[in-house]
Amino acid sequence: MSSFTAWLAATPWSIQLHESLYAYTLIESAHVIGIMLFVGTIAMVDLRLLGLAWRDTPVSQMSARVLPWTVAGFILMLITGLLLFYAIPIRTWHSLWFRTKMVLLIVAAINIWIFHRRVERDRALWDEAPLPPRGARISAAISLSVWIGVIVMGRMIAYNWFDCDKHQSTFVYTAAGCSTYPKDEF
Amino acid sequence: MSLYAQFQALDSSALATGIKGSLWLFPAIEAVHLLALALLGGAVLMLDLRLLGAGLIRQPVAAVERNARPWLIGAIATLIVTGVLIGISEALKLYDKDAFWVKMAALAVVLVFTFAVKLPMARRGVSGLAAKVLATLSILLWLTVAMAGRWIGFS
Repeated sequence: MSSFTAWLAATPWSIQLHESLYAYTLIESAHVIGIMLFVGTIAMVDLRLLGLAWRDTPVSQMSARVLPWTVAGFILMLITGLLLFYAIPIRTWHSLWFRTKMVLLIVAAINIWIFHRRVERDRALWDEAPLPPRGARISAAISLSVWIGVIVMGRMIAYNWFDCDKHQSTFVYTAAGCSTYPKDEF
Repeated sequence: MSLYAQFQALDSSALATGIKGSLWLFPAIEAVHLLALALLGGAVLMLDLRLLGAGLIRQPVAAVERNARPWLIGAIATLIVTGVLIGISEALKLYDKDAFWVKMAALAVVLVFTFAVKLPMARRGVSGLAAKVLATLSILLWLTVAMAGRWIGFS
């Protein structure tokens, strides 16, 4: 992976994107707009499943009418996110915040998979219930917490406290994979 | 006291120096600002999509407005509190930036528009072209606030 990020960082487009003033910022702005669309709509669905909002709206309506916008937001997040990674591959790959964010994304994916496979199966029974059953509420609480974590971790990537080019504790050094960090980068 | 002097006082206030002197306070406030932005996105879109004839089309417009409103108000309140904290920790820098004043003006316009025009009309079940105009204006105004905010970093 380290040789891959080194190769990625040396590609002309990566350097141009990294050094551009407006292109990078524009992508970053689109990433934030993507958060508003993606996490904003997923939060509304989760709040419905928690019984905290949209209590008079069937859960099936939230899934059918709101989740497509969540998917659109996710595609925007993914494209802009990959471009942001492409602009700064080495530092991002060795960022403790980024690595934590990726782990949280995997947790989110597993949670979604379990929700669709198991929790949602008997949805017809509680579709119009103002307060969905415990399983659905737990799933929604995990979802909300994980996405909050993803946003916070993403924001923190900008801060260099745990960067490999500084002296780090053994834990950070190991977790951020600093042993393979190229010494002459950035 | 002139506006500039007030900004000067804010910049050197105990709260501002406290935020500036802390390593993690500013990032933490920024993160909460971003989380509230996500909530704002959801709350605004649920109603604006409905007004545009998308999203929760089986629910009456008034019901969508009623369900979205507390989250909209919560998001805006959190954004204002964290935004003020971010602002006073760099008040003098902001005073000189046109983009900051554009953002504040756009914010004032969108807040008046939302609470004096859009939500009241949604409560009365606005439909058709009027509904679409309201939603389009709402999205454009919020995007203006966002872009002016992003522009503060450059001007």
